[in-house]
Amino acid sequence: MTEYLLIDLDTERWLCRVCDNDFGDANGNYKEGTLVYDRDPREIHQPIIDPEKYEFTFSPDPAYCRILEFYCPGCATQIETEYVPPGHPPTVDMLWDIASLRAQWEQRATDPMVAITYGPGEDVQRHTHTPPQTPISR
Amino acid sequence: MTAIYDHESKSLTAQEQEWVDQFMDDTTLFLGPDPEIMRDHSITARTQFEEECIAKGIDPLQVDRIRKRLAGALDEGYEMCEAMGAAPGAKWGDLTTAIYTASGDVTYLSCHGVIAFSAILHHPIRYIMKYWKDEPTVGIHPGDGFIHNDARFGNVHNTDQSMIMPVMRDGRIIAWVAATIHEGENGACEPGGMPSGSETPFDDGLRMSPFKILERGELRRDLVTFLQHSVRDPKLQLADLKVKIGAVQRIMERVDKTIDEVGVDAFVAALRITVEDVEEEVRRRIRELPDGTVHFNQFMDSTLKENILIKFSCKVTVKGDKMTIDLRGTGPEILNRAINSPLCSVKSMFMQAILAFWWPDLPRCTSAMSPIEIISDEHTWADAGYDAPMGQSLQASFRGFSALQSSWAKLQFANPEKFSNVIAPWFNQINTFLWGGLTQHGDQVGNLCADLNGMPGGAKAFLDGEDAVSPLFCAMADTAEQEVMEEEVPFMQLVSKRLVRDNMGFGKHTGGMGYEMIVASEGTPLWGFMTVTSGAKFSSVYGMFGGYGCGTYPLARVKGINVYDVLRQDPSRFDLSIEKVMNDQPFEGGRYTTSHMGMQFDVAKDGELYMMSQGAGGGYGDVLERDPLAVVKDVELNRITDRVAREIFAVAYDPTTFVLDVEGTKELRSQVRSTRLERGKPYAEFVREFVTPEPPKDLPYYGSWGDDTDELTATVFDIDGPQRVTAPISQMPIIMLPDRRDLKVAELEARVRELEEKHGEDVRRKS
Ligand SMILES: [Zn+2]
Repeated sequence: MTEYLLIDLDTERWLCRVCDNDFGDANGNYKEGTLVYDRDPREIHQPIIDPEKYEFTFSPDPAYCRILEFYCPGCATQIETEYVPPGHPPTVDMLWDIASLRAQWEQRATDPMVAITYGPGEDVQRHTHTPPQTPISR
Repeated sequence: MTAIYDHESKSLTAQEQEWVDQFMDDTTLFLGPDPEIMRDHSITARTQFEEECIAKGIDPLQVDRIRKRLAGALDEGYEMCEAMGAAPGAKWGDLTTAIYTASGDVTYLSCHGVIAFSAILHHPIRYIMKYWKDEPTVGIHPGDGFIHNDARFGNVHNTDQSMIMPVMRDGRIIAWVAATIHEGENGACEPGGMPSGSETPFDDGLRMSPFKILERGELRRDLVTFLQHSVRDPKLQLADLKVKIGAVQRIMERVDKTIDEVGVDAFVAALRITVEDVEEEVRRRIRELPDGTVHFNQFMDSTLKENILIKFSCKVTVKGDKMTIDLRGTGPEILNRAINSPLCSVKSMFMQAILAFWWPDLPRCTSAMSPIEIISDEHTWADAGYDAPMGQSLQASFRGFSALQSSWAKLQFANPEKFSNVIAPWFNQINTFLWGGLTQHGDQVGNLCADLNGMPGGAKAFLDGEDAVSPLFCAMADTAEQEVMEEEVPFMQLVSKRLVRDNMGFGKHTGGMGYEMIVASEGTPLWGFMTVTSGAKFSSVYGMFGGYGCGTYPLARVKGINVYDVLRQDPSRFDLSIEKVMNDQPFEGGRYTTSHMGMQFDVAKDGELYMMSQGAGGGYGDVLERDPLAVVKDVELNRITDRVAREIFAVAYDPTTFVLDVEGTKELRSQVRSTRLERGKPYAEFVREFVTPEPPKDLPYYGSWGDDTDELTATVFDIDGPQRVTAPISQMPIIMLPDRRDLKVAELEARVRELEEKHGEDVRRKS
């Protein structure tokens, strides 16, 4: 479903594509199975001009903006980030209808694990330089 | 504002109702924007004539040939506008040409140009058909042309002017052809046509509802004079009117030839079938997406006069072949600030995302969005009412673009059938200088630099994003030759297009980088610059799947010096960058300041420095997965600092030879992973600690707080200062922000009183 998350249609669980960690019920919010950290945005977007002299420095203002980092508890991969005002509830960014997802794949009669080739370990070159096997792009 | 008093209503008989309707029809004082037209983005039903044409039979090959002929004609018209247009925007490709069905549905757009227009120009055509076609004082005849710019009647924004002409056969309108150019100057309260300083809709400049300016091929000189008189650049106004008419007439010639060849019936059928086919195909593509909901929130940090936080909420739901876009939760309109947008302009940027980033292979038709339902509350900043200023409506509408462009990565990731790459957020701000004043040739002008077109691209699933590649609204736009511009305007870009180090969205694949610009004017009695950008406190674009977004961007100024004098005396000091100038302060006596990037017209004296930077594209994936060799290469190329390489990407290398330390990097990265596991808190615990029932006390916040509420939170101002209100949009009071200078004066007065008290001064004031 994303670079780091897949849904096991048999067990209806969110799983990590790096380490198979189980994030919980695929009918719900995968974020509930993550570890979260409230990052000061100045650590990521570091000032380019002197914060001692200037109010605006290329760094976000921590009183306006926080970066939520969502980690996989199994492999510590940062699977998602979110920019929010301090104290704003994290967004439930994806909710899927698993029954219809299963039906969709049954109808396609292909294995999603083979059909979807985006994700960790995939090779850039294969997707940019090799002519595709079929006219349909991935 | 219209106050409505709900008297006890008595129902009328059919006869009475007819009399009332008749009376109202006969005595209409003013034909404003028609909500029935403006709220609707779907294609119309087939007309009787279209039915008849289609009934005579469709030959798909012939339809395709007609489409290709039209595409060629539209591209020719496009190139004419680009080559001959006087507006800087035209020269860089910020325009479009299009052909429409008789009802106004866009059938085909020029290949180059701004796709957003395919979702917008059906509105003015429907208006013309509804109100002017049968109006005895107007009417529609061969050779007539209608002009229009006001976004309340359907436009991307008010800088864009259209020339819309009917294709007629035997007295019947069978199609429309139009050309639209980003003209820039439009007589608004500031030069350049998109004022950040507008506080009422009357500050937004020309308010052209669709009207006839070309009568049977003749330009109405009286009306042209009125328009020229209403803007700062009369030459531009006339020149581009002629350019658009010329381009449309050329397209018309090609259309005429095509009709002569294939006949009216086949032509009309081809236009209609194209629109219908696209709608059908869009339904099929939606059906292939997984059923579910993707929610994407954005927060904007500026009204362009002061810093606030205002939310743009967007929930995309797919169920079968139905897609719904729900904008509820988005912040309320602010009735004296320029950032509001009419819903139609936001929809036009939805279309930009759909036809440029979702399904770029589809013909650019109105119908590409027809099957999508859009839910939005009027009087929010992305669905502003008639009385709201909209000078910088791009602030809301570009968020509309980002909402769909960003959500698409999640919507399409698990779909085996992809029509475009999975891409992290594209940069979405207009980081450029607007300018105006008197040129070295004595002309009064107002417009903008092409640097807004250097928006960096988002990272892709398998590749880094492109640096300074193209604006979100126009893939083929040009960033222009600054040296050519300098022939016409009295300022130079002392630094033009130098990449700013570390200015990228970090990730497994990094977002594209943005460059800086430093400008200074010389040799003009009056000149000034403006900026119209948010994102100085809260990042404007975010990352994808664990990547980070862009940083924030200051406006930096050095006033009270003449850099040209300094450089003429000692040319060796010509080594400028925002980082060097602001940190080293090399010009004695200069006043060095930073501010957010909403700068209203600021008078620039000779040699004063104005500095800003383009943004960055969002990053894709976890930074710890980035190829360490790519990180070292970026350090070697001076694209990132050593600090970013070590602290963010966790890469170890020899800083003198730039040789990667493979083991050291492994060690560093494994350390970072363990730190993450230590500091990361389980979600439920994190939410308990982090989430607050309302926004931080002193933060002026607008929009829903969290997503599980039907109410909006807002800061309103009364005699006692700011008050926080939480209410559904229907009960939200009118929001007007106080003048920041008044606030400053009040703050200073309070301080004076405090000091008087402290020092025991006896001061008597009268009020
Ligand atoms: Zn994992």
